[in-house]
Amino acid sequence: MAAGIELKNVQKSFGNTEVIKGIDLNIEPGEFVVLVGPSGCGKSTLLNLISGLETLSGGDVTIGGKVVNNTPPRDRDIAMVFQSYALYPTKTVRDNITFGMQARRVPKAEQDAAVAAFSGLLQIDHLLDRKPGQLSGGQRQRVAMGRALVRDPDVFLFDEPLSNLDAKLRIDMRTEIKKLHLRLGKTVVYVTHDQIEAMTLASRIAVMDEGRIRQYGPPEEIYENPVDLFVAGFMGSPPMNMLPGRLLRTGDEVFVETGDDEARVRFPLPDAIANRIEVGNGHEVVLGLRPEAIFAAGTELPGADRFIFERPVEVVEPTGPDTMIVFGIGSVELIARVRPEDARDPGTPFSFEVDMSKAKLFDQSSGRSL
Amino acid sequence: MRPRTTNGIVRPRTLQSSVLRGLLFLVLGLFCLYYLIPLIVMISTSLKSLTEIREGTLISLPREITFDAWSKAWESACVGVRCDGLKPFMWNSIAMAVPAVLLSTTLGAINGYALTKWRFPGANWIFALILFGAFIPFQVVLLPMARTLGQLGLAGTVPGLILVHTVYGLAFTTLFFRNFFIGVSDGIVKAAQIDGAGFFGIFFKIVLPMSIPAIVVTVIWQFTQIWNDFLFGVAFTIGDSNPVTVALNNVVNTSTGVKEYNVDMAAAIIAALPTMLVYVVAGAYFVRGLSAGSMKG
Ligand SMILES: Nc1ncnc2c1ncn2[C@@H]1O[C@H](COP(=O)(O)OP(=O)(O)O)[C@@H](O)[C@H]1O
Ligand SMILES: [Mg+2]
Repeated sequence: MAAGIELKNVQKSFGNTEVIKGIDLNIEPGEFVVLVGPSGCGKSTLLNLISGLETLSGGDVTIGGKVVNNTPPRDRDIAMVFQSYALYPTKTVRDNITFGMQARRVPKAEQDAAVAAFSGLLQIDHLLDRKPGQLSGGQRQRVAMGRALVRDPDVFLFDEPLSNLDAKLRIDMRTEIKKLHLRLGKTVVYVTHDQIEAMTLASRIAVMDEGRIRQYGPPEEIYENPVDLFVAGFMGSPPMNMLPGRLLRTGDEVFVETGDDEARVRFPLPDAIANRIEVGNGHEVVLGLRPEAIFAAGTELPGADRFIFERPVEVVEPTGPDTMIVFGIGSVELIARVRPEDARDPGTPFSFEVDMSKAKLFDQSSGRSL
Repeated sequence: MRPRTTNGIVRPRTLQSSVLRGLLFLVLGLFCLYYLIPLIVMISTSLKSLTEIREGTLISLPREITFDAWSKAWESACVGVRCDGLKPFMWNSIAMAVPAVLLSTTLGAINGYALTKWRFPGANWIFALILFGAFIPFQVVLLPMARTLGQLGLAGTVPGLILVHTVYGLAFTTLFFRNFFIGVSDGIVKAAQIDGAGFFGIFFKIVLPMSIPAIVVTVIWQFTQIWNDFLFGVAFTIGDSNPVTVALNNVVNTSTGVKEYNVDMAAAIIAALPTMLVYVVAGAYFVRGLSAGSMKG
């Protein structure tokens, strides 16, 4: 059985520093929720409040319909995987995995059955008699997962479980975690500062900053409709281009005028945005354009709301499947994602095409989406 | 020819470096000798007869080896009015040192664990106060301790001395373990909490097995301190309950009869043997534990 989690106005202070500043979060049973945010924003602290490793300063935590504010970790029916794995160094892999069951006096036969089941699943059956010190990083990671899995809890909590692995292994384990979740259907709260991990794993993402949740929603929504500049800038790699400018209303057309006297570009806003916004002429805005919304002119099928402008190439960064072209408008650097064959040498003028239907518009002073 | 390397670091092989190396070993050898001479003199004197001592010089080796002085020191030398040698007092010292070392080490380990892994309000203050205890000289606690032992009815007994050493040693053992545990990842304790273990479960099953290096260091330190202590022993015990250090003093400092240097030397070595033994046994284990390098997770 998977259990839902509900946080109501959860707060946490260490001494005089407020770390969690009133968080509401509703997690459905079986959901995979990723807490993502820059390091130091309070993700681990929030996870520790759910697990009971830290005591609440205010608010309520409910797991499976029961308020657990004063329930110790061992009675919350949760399992946790830590960033540094936190394996017991003097115990064998087998004892690491069964320690929780030993502490709960689970019969030996049941322990053995659980170890057999999960060590096979995680491919660690040949490591059972080794000590953690004799394992590679990836193997330790698997043991840490095994230790959480055998407990068969209602809720899994992960605190940056993959951030100590090298890139290749990280991607493999990411897929495995996703498969495990599909297979077991347990509720997962997963902390990471890696926005790609968040996008690939989550059923819903909670973007955190400075002890608050900025936005909570499915990955596509976070990516396509970020509520503010922070979320827009945090999700996506390379990050969204942010062009400060002024709103220009001429007749029934609406533009964002960007750049300076030396290079001025007027981006025409598509009707969908133009009809929605209420701010007046000359309002200071930020135009958000994801790198993939800017490409070499004429290389994509024609569509509505396209806009073409010319700027010299400054830097070319091939990544394999795509090539990033860095160019400037005024004092702002932008990145366009083009096909490798469309790239040109630095210094050459380049015709960029923008899909303005993908553009986002933010208020410059408040940072909120318009 | 062996390559001239230290820890695999390649060094130049010139005449100058060979000369310097020779010089280095010479100086080291001299220092070794300097430290070993007192011990050599003690051992050789303890193996001589009294006549030989009177006739020969201090550093001459024994012409005829005899163990008479050793057996006398062990079982028939006069300590005050009692002439049973050091033997009964050795047992006093063991009966005092072993429980005192075990108690102070165990309590220090629990203190260090609580102070680092179960942070509670005021933990820093408590640690500061305990640390302060490590800087209080022996002499300062003599009178209050004597009063306390009197009130507890433990004055002049071995259990009384155990209590004194345990209390006085706690400051050091707590400091040692606290500094060790501060390097142990908090995550391990958190994981064990989630796994369902409690304060003592985590301490005995997870934390203690990880702290063998700290235990060995603490045991060596505490055993040496407690075994070698003279002041507490002479202040808080009487006659039959004296530890061996006090008895040794009474053997050597008798004002009656001829001075039996060979017996004094043998007695001194006997009194020092247990600390050497602990150092050799535990020290070897300690070095092995370190080089195994498997203490970090
Ligand atoms: N036990 C603690 N005592 C004091 N401050 C803490 C403690 N734990 C975390 N903090 C502070 O809370 C903030 C958030 O920490 P954390 O939750 O670990 O961030 P994240 O996991 O998002 O990187 C940090 O500024 C950190 O210094
Ligand atoms: Mg963290």
